[in-house]
Amino acid sequence: MTAIRTAAILHATRVALAAIGFVTLLIGPLTVAARAVEIERVVSPLGIEAWLVEDDTVPLVAMSFAFIGGAAQDPAERPGVANMLSGLLDEGAGDLDSKAFQATLDEFSIDISFDASRDAFAGSLKTLVENRDQAARLLRLALTTPRFDIEPVERIRAQIVAGIRSDESDPDSIAGETLIKAAFPDHPYGRPLEGTLDTVAAITVDDLKTFHRRTIARDNLRIAVVGAIDATSLARLLDDVFGSLPAKAELSSVPDVEPALSERVDVVMDIPQTVLSLAGKGITRSDPDFIPASVATLILGGGGLSSRLYHEVREKRGLAYSVGIGLHVYDHAGLVVGGTKTRADQADNVVALIEAEIARFASEGPTEEELAKAKGYLIGSYALRFTTSTRIARQLLAIQLDNLGIDYIDHRKDLIGAVTVDDVRRVAKRLFSGDMIVVRVGQAAS
Amino acid sequence: MPLRRLVPTVIVSAFSLVAAAVAAPTPKIAPDAGSFSLDNGLLVVVIPDHRAPVVTHMVWYKAGSAEDPPGKSGIAHFLEHLMFKGTANHPPGELRQRIAEIGGNDNAFTTYDYTAYHQTVAREHLGLMMEFEADRMASLVIDDAAIATEREVIIEERRSRIDNEPGAQLGEAIDAALFQNGRYGIPVIGWAHEMAALDRTDALAFYERYYTPNNAVLVVAGDVTEAEVRRLAEATYGKLPRRAEPPPRIRAREPLPLAARTVTLADPRVSLPAVRRLYLTPSYGNAAPGEAEALDVLGEILGGGTTSRFYRRLVVEKSLAASAGAGYGGGAIGEGSFAMYAVPRDQTSLEALAAEFDAIVQELLDNGVTEDELVRAKRRMITDSIYAGDSQSALARMFGRALASGGSLADVQDWPQRIEAVGAEDILAAARKYLDIRRSVTGYLTGAPGDGRT
Repeated sequence: MTAIRTAAILHATRVALAAIGFVTLLIGPLTVAARAVEIERVVSPLGIEAWLVEDDTVPLVAMSFAFIGGAAQDPAERPGVANMLSGLLDEGAGDLDSKAFQATLDEFSIDISFDASRDAFAGSLKTLVENRDQAARLLRLALTTPRFDIEPVERIRAQIVAGIRSDESDPDSIAGETLIKAAFPDHPYGRPLEGTLDTVAAITVDDLKTFHRRTIARDNLRIAVVGAIDATSLARLLDDVFGSLPAKAELSSVPDVEPALSERVDVVMDIPQTVLSLAGKGITRSDPDFIPASVATLILGGGGLSSRLYHEVREKRGLAYSVGIGLHVYDHAGLVVGGTKTRADQADNVVALIEAEIARFASEGPTEEELAKAKGYLIGSYALRFTTSTRIARQLLAIQLDNLGIDYIDHRKDLIGAVTVDDVRRVAKRLFSGDMIVVRVGQAAS
Repeated sequence: MPLRRLVPTVIVSAFSLVAAAVAAPTPKIAPDAGSFSLDNGLLVVVIPDHRAPVVTHMVWYKAGSAEDPPGKSGIAHFLEHLMFKGTANHPPGELRQRIAEIGGNDNAFTTYDYTAYHQTVAREHLGLMMEFEADRMASLVIDDAAIATEREVIIEERRSRIDNEPGAQLGEAIDAALFQNGRYGIPVIGWAHEMAALDRTDALAFYERYYTPNNAVLVVAGDVTEAEVRRLAEATYGKLPRRAEPPPRIRAREPLPLAARTVTLADPRVSLPAVRRLYLTPSYGNAAPGEAEALDVLGEILGGGTTSRFYRRLVVEKSLAASAGAGYGGGAIGEGSFAMYAVPRDQTSLEALAAEFDAIVQELLDNGVTEDELVRAKRRMITDSIYAGDSQSALARMFGRALASGGSLADVQDWPQRIEAVGAEDILAAARKYLDIRRSVTGYLTGAPGDGRT
């Protein structure tokens, strides 16, 4: 049943809309009714809000939550604090040292995890219903009274260092890091999220405590819960877990930033396949053109088989296994990021081909047929994001973090349905006609 | 990469359980699942899950890279790619286009023992998926142009997955040393020089030999009933004739290993060294009753998560490793393996870590496992099965994997009971038998200068 050696080789033709074909497209009747997601807004006696989808089918409760303020809140000279904190909250809290904390999680089969992104410090909890109270207790301890004992601090530090060392020689990581640094040279987004060998070595327990005190609070907290729990019980649980956190976070303000896009960077490395990454002007989630931009990106290079890039680079010419482009959305910036990998001697051709396709799309925009397919896909596939409790919780959290409103699931379809060819053409011009960063990691150009 | 978890947890599930899942009687996985066969031999499994109006539709062929003819490594996987290139009835790309239009997902994967194609769509489109999948089971068209282009794609895929990744190159070397007789020592994706020569004849021959209803398993999980699935399947797959009678699935048995082997891959691209070891073991497919289950629980005790012996001893107590783990890989039809790995912390040498592996094994052989460890490990494994029951695609994969590898519905459903039945003495017996250094290959990944070959 386990499959260590049967490591599956996934077909690369990921979710996609097809480019070739003659089928007339329908949107309305083919739409998947999103799972009957009835969201209840629950507000606890202490005023903590969560969105709840009650579902008793599986005897578990899944919670996703996030504190706004992620790695962008790291001290400027010491990136990596948020990431290191995310590894340490479940390594001892309250009267439980690391070993006792982990053993208790284990004993009650409770999953708790934390993750720092650029703009948020997120967490998740999964527990069997019968262990709900234990789970709430452990999560409260982790969030309110982390211990930062020396053994786990040094152990987690060593794990992060190992990760950074591994990334140092990994062409994909090098390409990604180089790209983000070039795009945001003087902004927190340009710093390495996990830190560097030097900054991780320098992070102190005080740094961790300061970050924790300033970021883990109630006014920047968003919560989504799915599973076998009713509103009354949830309200109690919210106060139990989050009630003793400080009322207000003390976040540094993060400036809005336009990415710097003119650079071309070659990183020379003796590898048979060159890794190509590129970045162009993006869009923020609150921009009124965000939805047309999603449609445009999908048509040009989204996810798979029928995007223009996929068709030109893979299907027609066999130049790469995977190629694509997508929106990277930050609270204070936007980027379009794309990439592919190809045999070293083809790299120049592939860059030229991709740039030509991007330019063509910027000037011509989409066809009616492409637009219809993209809309059909975006509308129809939404339901697939709601198939498990944990996925629903993640979706509901994302909607809150993006400030889209509790009724977003209902009217998303209309927002996408309303997009016209002109909208996409306008946005394509806006996003794709400017300069791009191109990073190549591979053999020196001959 | 060395940091990734080497051994995926066994995903087993049971979503129709009574709520008191842990203390109560051991759960049965997907007790509502049923199966039947069509007249042409297609085996059909139905796993009802009515929470969302969505279905996962999978077709599994009992043919993987272990069926690649000698000298043609990679052909099973190449054919998987070519299955997206159109049929006599549908032009290339139409299937994926239709799936995209209806907002579905689709993909495919190849392993040593099977190849699977799958889609997740709104339930009303299940019939459409069956039409397309049945069509390409019988009417695939492969032209030379598609061959030439797609062969470049799989070679780029190999460069991405293997040639650009020293850790993956070491993995190939370990497998090649571990399996001295069977086909599992040859990579699923194929050896580069053989991939370059794969042609249309090879692909068609594989297709004609193995892609026939009597060599396939259809798994449908989601918002459907067995009756609906039967009706739709009879109207689509049911019309296909048997096109071939595939031979018995022979997996040549490995000889008794007599020599502990060591392989080393030194490459300047390696900035983080690692050590991995595999022991040759039986699998769920060929072990004596209870033995694979005992190895599975042993893997959980030694290497599953932060409370395991590997993590506690090497990462926490001795601070020798940045990460470490172990686990059992028993999913194959032929032999399986028991894996161990560690990534050094600070200046620890790989040899010192390998010596720790030996010490942990010796301690196990001397003292066995404690009752507390045993209870916790089994509880964790069984609870994971409840969590996995939250996902219809996880369930579909679990049943598909088992049935495409020669198992039965009951093998999957009763897995928690069989795990529950494992005793400390079973684990000790399995460890004595299989964690013998002569059965092992130890692989070292180091950054010492290589010869520049890539």
